[in-house]
Amino acid sequence: MRTLALVNRIIQQLRKDKRTLALLFVAPLLVLTLMYFIFDSETSELKLVVTDMNERVIEILEESEFEIFKEDYYSIEQMTKDKVDGWLQNDEDEMVLTLLNDQPSRSSAVKMLLAQTLSAGNMAANPSIDTEYIYGNEETKIFDIFSPMLVGFFVFFFVFLIAGIALLNERTSGTLERLLATPIKRYEIVAGYVVGYGLFALVQTIIVVLYSVHVLDIVLEGSIWLVLLINILVAFVALSLGTLLSSFASSEFQMVQFIPLVIVPQVFFSGIFPIDGMAEWLQQLGKIMPLYYASNALNGVMYKGFTFSDITLELFVLFIFAIVFISLNIISLKKYRSI
Amino acid sequence: MNVINLQNVSKSFKRKHVIKPTTLKIEEKKIFGLLGPSGCGKTTLIKLIVGMLKADLGEITVLDRQVPNASLLREIGYMAQSDALYTALTGEQNLEFFAKLFGFSKSERKERIQYASTIVQLTKDLNVPVSSYSGGMKRRLSLAIALIQDPKILILDEPTVGIDPLLKKSIWTELERLKDEEGKTIVITTHVMDEAEKCDHLAMMRDGEIIATGKPLEIKAHYQVQNFDDVFLKIGGGL
Repeated sequence: MRTLALVNRIIQQLRKDKRTLALLFVAPLLVLTLMYFIFDSETSELKLVVTDMNERVIEILEESEFEIFKEDYYSIEQMTKDKVDGWLQNDEDEMVLTLLNDQPSRSSAVKMLLAQTLSAGNMAANPSIDTEYIYGNEETKIFDIFSPMLVGFFVFFFVFLIAGIALLNERTSGTLERLLATPIKRYEIVAGYVVGYGLFALVQTIIVVLYSVHVLDIVLEGSIWLVLLINILVAFVALSLGTLLSSFASSEFQMVQFIPLVIVPQVFFSGIFPIDGMAEWLQQLGKIMPLYYASNALNGVMYKGFTFSDITLELFVLFIFAIVFISLNIISLKKYRSI
Repeated sequence: MNVINLQNVSKSFKRKHVIKPTTLKIEEKKIFGLLGPSGCGKTTLIKLIVGMLKADLGEITVLDRQVPNASLLREIGYMAQSDALYTALTGEQNLEFFAKLFGFSKSERKERIQYASTIVQLTKDLNVPVSSYSGGMKRRLSLAIALIQDPKILILDEPTVGIDPLLKKSIWTELERLKDEEGKTIVITTHVMDEAEKCDHLAMMRDGEIIATGKPLEIKAHYQVQNFDDVFLKIGGGL
């Protein structure tokens, strides 16, 4: 009987909390749908550029599953620009296969398919293929590719949650209202939060990056300062987004509910899973997500050895995200004080 | 002289009239009480005066300056209904923080903290985290924060709710002293009738409307009643 009373009360409470209900029933569908599109998408065709190769080989290759591009002249610069998976060329008597290797799984697929195709075409007698890598090497593990993104993700996740909950507490405990009854300006509050939590985010970023690079031995081709710079921007975006969304939450519980809506979809589009086989419109969806730019930049610097000029676009977009969210924060505080 | 003037001020939330057109004058160096049952709009009216909310219609002036006005926030010490303290910090850290928001120098801050904490008798407990304060201590600290910038006007929303009778008495003694010796204008809200008696002026509110104003004795005489509960009953509808 008493148990029933409790059951009844819980039902009454949850029915009132439409948001929790919606989340309970709809959020899994959203996440599942995203996963469906990501894991169900076929890997796009492997692109192989061929230069200076005899007709026989080209014929065999064209019948294979490769998407073949015949070029008279080709270069590594061109390859990174076009994002082709491999480049096969004749170097004297030897065949040289240059792999882009931005995704190790695609590199091994290229190697496997090439070996199959050539042996099926009776070219086994061919001199061995010399393989070269643009990014990484044959030892590159899948973890090397997505660990840079993970670094950015954790910075984003924790800063988002902690800053969001902190401002939420300030709202619910009434201290925000009291703060606004003093001559403090709205932008000063937001700036205080950005700098105050930004400091802790900075320390967290430094610890995470140093640990990943020096203890876990995650690849770091580029400059560690660039990695820190990217992560600081990520922290600012997370901080400003977290505090902004906290105004739409009335409890810590509701703040946590943002995770499947704000955090999880970003993970899917941030490079852990290949998305190039996905429908074009879905791929475009990633471009509105801060973590998409963050992981592009982090992967570029840590794995591909990008320099500042290679990631200016990503840094700029992250900066814009932060500015927009910070401005919205300042505006949203109007709810508490008209000036 | 009137320090607070409300002229036909009204405020609605989602089409519900929380404050019906209200005109009100609050005199300098007096304790002005807003008396009324919970939900009658006292807190909304107070927030309009402080400038936290913007009136839909009408005009509010405080110290001859139009509200909302950033410069007025310095002149008004506001204490909300909830304690609104940083419980992880000590009492002194709370006071220090708010003192800094008003831009006091280090020596001024020390002086202000000393002054405010002495008034509310918290000097001994300043170094204890607020999380271990009793309910009464939290209210007192909250009052001390409202006093930190030495404002001309003190606006206190239900300052004595949940406080034991002894402390309540000492807070009232202090409010009277602040009025008499320091010349402060004090606006408080209350739903407790015995507190209403202690105010110099009263405005009785119900359903977003001021239904009676005047000195406590005048109101009672006018309605020929013994206590304020009966005023509400007499005007109709009960509490």
